[in-house]
Amino acid sequence: MADTIAAPAPPSAPPGAGHAPAERVVPAVVPVRGLPLVAIVIVGLVVSIAGNWHWAIDWYHVVGGGLWTGVDLFVGLILGPILGRLSPAARAEFSARFMPKMVLLMPTLVTMTLASGWQLARQLGNLGLPYPQHWWITASMIVVAVMAVIALGLLEPANLAVLFEMRKPVPDVALIQKLMRRFIYTAGITGLMQIATLVIMTRIATW
Amino acid sequence: MPPVSSIAIAVMALALAGGIDVAAHLPRPAALGLPVGLVSAAAAGLVVNAVLLARLSDFAWHVFWRVAGWAGLAYVVIAGMIEYVMVYDGTRGALLGVMTALIVVFAVDIPVLLGFSVARYQEPSPAQSPGA
Repeated sequence: MADTIAAPAPPSAPPGAGHAPAERVVPAVVPVRGLPLVAIVIVGLVVSIAGNWHWAIDWYHVVGGGLWTGVDLFVGLILGPILGRLSPAARAEFSARFMPKMVLLMPTLVTMTLASGWQLARQLGNLGLPYPQHWWITASMIVVAVMAVIALGLLEPANLAVLFEMRKPVPDVALIQKLMRRFIYTAGITGLMQIATLVIMTRIATW
Repeated sequence: MPPVSSIAIAVMALALAGGIDVAAHLPRPAALGLPVGLVSAAAAGLVVNAVLLARLSDFAWHVFWRVAGWAGLAYVVIAGMIEYVMVYDGTRGALLGVMTALIVVFAVDIPVLLGFSVARYQEPSPAQSPGA
């Protein structure tokens, strides 16, 4: 998942002087060991949709949506403020171990939720509802679209750029901090937008 | 750096707006004028981005292709799933054509955005050419 390397000595340090170099975590961009798990989840999703298995489709939508919402809120509102108070070294080590997992986790949860959600809406006849009820469906799509633009346009690029920066022999700490701040803020915004999704979804499920 | 990221985000928003417009008309068939206009504007944005990228000489092309390539692979799978669901659900004809165009634009745009977002902070490629 992540390797550790000896951090290079500062330019001002005389040769052989001082302590042993501190170890720095060099993140893997994609945690390859997690890929089989993602493949199992995606294949299961395709099979569930192809078989029109209502229980499985419902499971994918509820579990995917719940985890997506929970992770977004947890990262944006709980982890974010904690990260902001950590030392740069601690923040860098946390990010190196945390961000690669997010590269796999979030797209998988989003795919699970959206693909199964569409099929579920079709099965339950929600897509065929007349207006004004249909506005709830349209509103959910608009909220998801805004979240997609934020997540794919700002959050995920920041995630990847941090991982690549951290793999450099001498990473730009200021750049990493700027991108991490963007990652945390956008995760928080999408988390708050998830609350709007929860309002819409619970309304649709109970009418 | 040219505004590749901003244009890519705009392209994404246009493609999503096209998809929402079609879905908002269900179960009735949507008038295709607006979605066709949106996908055309999105495709034009992709072309502008391609031109802007092609004019970059001092750029980490090796990183761009590495990230965009893997992201492209992932988005081929995602786009394939969306296309499969639409065909499975009985979408046909001109509507399927417009939706497929929206999906293709989306699947090309995101890898470009991710590749550019990472490569802009990396050391330029020694070859300094888009195909490097």
